[in-house]
Amino acid sequence: MRSLTTRRGASRSAPDGDAGPKSPAAPPAAPPKNSRPHLKERLYWGASDIWAVTQRNLIAYTRIPEAMVFSSIQPIMFVLLFRYVFGGAVSTPGFRYVDFIMPGIFVQTVCFGAVTTGIGLAEDLGKGLIERFRSLPMARSAVLAGRTTADLCRNVFVVLLMTVVGVAVGFRSGTGFFSFMAGVFLLLAFAYALSWGFAVIGLAARNAETAQAMAFPLLFPLTFASSAFVPVASMPGWLQAFARNQPVSIVIDACRHLMVGGHGSPLAAMAWTLGMLAVLVPLAVRKYRRTA
Amino acid sequence: MDSAAIVASDLVKRFGDVPALDGIDFFVPPGTVFGLLGPNGAGKTTTVRILTTIIRPDAGEARVLGHDVVTEAGAVRNVIGLAGQYAAVDENLTGAENLRMVGKLTHLPRALIRERSVELLERFELTAAANRPVKTYSGGMRRRLDLAASLVHRPQVLFLDEPTTGLDPRSRNELWNVIEDLVADGTTVLLTTQYLEEADRLADYLAVVDHGRIIAKGTPAGMKAGLGSTVIEIGMPGEGSALLALQALAPLGVQPPTVDGTTVKLTVADGGSALLAALRALDAEGITPTGVTLREPSLDDVFLSLTGHAAAEASAA
Repeated sequence: MRSLTTRRGASRSAPDGDAGPKSPAAPPAAPPKNSRPHLKERLYWGASDIWAVTQRNLIAYTRIPEAMVFSSIQPIMFVLLFRYVFGGAVSTPGFRYVDFIMPGIFVQTVCFGAVTTGIGLAEDLGKGLIERFRSLPMARSAVLAGRTTADLCRNVFVVLLMTVVGVAVGFRSGTGFFSFMAGVFLLLAFAYALSWGFAVIGLAARNAETAQAMAFPLLFPLTFASSAFVPVASMPGWLQAFARNQPVSIVIDACRHLMVGGHGSPLAAMAWTLGMLAVLVPLAVRKYRRTA
Repeated sequence: MDSAAIVASDLVKRFGDVPALDGIDFFVPPGTVFGLLGPNGAGKTTTVRILTTIIRPDAGEARVLGHDVVTEAGAVRNVIGLAGQYAAVDENLTGAENLRMVGKLTHLPRALIRERSVELLERFELTAAANRPVKTYSGGMRRRLDLAASLVHRPQVLFLDEPTTGLDPRSRNELWNVIEDLVADGTTVLLTTQYLEEADRLADYLAVVDHGRIIAKGTPAGMKAGLGSTVIEIGMPGEGSALLALQALAPLGVQPPTVDGTTVKLTVADGGSALLAALRALDAEGITPTGVTLREPSLDDVFLSLTGHAAAEASAA
């Protein structure tokens, strides 16, 4: 059996609940850093923190290439499915079907991609990483901002890939390079705003499965009861009212307008995006602060 | 009070209707190791989370190196490190990448981050695994990396929340050695644990926590003196002989012996000679034991002697 005397205990002064020891060891040096840095310094470190978290999430994507491959295969399957299987049965006056669906599938894909934000945050929460982040002298907003920025980068990659696949199956943007890029910018901005919404869901769900289960019932009606795959005019009247005015349709119409022509309001889509950011960012930050 | 590394005054925290902390008070001088000992749900983790600015107390006050954990949380975060039972490292990053990330988030200069990462990986024997993703690490390696991550910015006060829970004995011993080295360097450590052995080995001073309250404070040696250093458990052939043995053994223990079914438990100061005396006493009564076990006192023994009840697990962690 091990000896039961303490090795160091005897030589140290034992603390007392109310009055401290009179002669403790050397007092700790004052903390080296200023606890109230200037605004400029705070902005610098804030940006540096966001970049560090973004980088961490991007590295994670490269470490699980299979997840990246499979999440890219699904939108490609969608393109092929609608182009070759359903395409012949849907009439889209004024458009070739492939031109009609590509903007829709772009928006649908980035919307589902935004769910990753919620799943990632729920995982970080479950694994205790958020606890560590909270105990570090980093900007409070960096965990959310870094996560959404990484997911934006991922969406950029997916859109690029889908453009290539789309062109391969006959998609042609007839509106010119800059107009097409404006459409891409719009759908990425919308997905970024949506990311903040899924951040709220992810923080509430606390585990990846629940976050995913909560996100899908929300996304299915928004992406399918929309102008993505069929003209809204072909739906029953009661559904048309929803399908025509809900934000995902407005963004799809705007992207279609910018990419291939037709009616759509980029201004309305931008207004929805900015409005969602104005509501969802503070909501997510509040939820993050309160999630313990 | 200025000389304290950590001061907690009357901390109260409730989660809904469940009181997690019900007035916690303690004081940790710089350069010492303070152990919070208690079962699951006693309030140990909640105390650590308040002191590391993760959550706010509902009432009471706490200071780390003189900084208030609520109003000067930023200053507190600059001087503390946290490592815990959940091994909060990113599984998808490599060991080296994890340390560099923490280095960046603690705002160290780039060259220093590189230097410290290499040094810490070396010190925690992770150099060979430095460029492997953490998901390939064993449990012990993850804990070492977690501890290394909490040290990148050389915190003056380190919080270790059940650092060895769930580890095998060998990994536990390795981790204890590492913690002892840190303390030798002058770091103040607050440690929570469920193991009396761990508290005894590492802590200079202990507080036993139960249901959000501190029910005893003292040095490990002092606690053991009151408790006895060895527990002898003797199995008896029947309940009648167990009761007889209880009387025969009464003069030998630090505390009166207890009986549970046919097992008599005796707490003594000196294991070897007390065992001989106990067997002689039983022999004199004509009792032949069915089995004898010698062990160190456990958290349960501490609880039994302090509260009269075993360390029950509460629901709130």
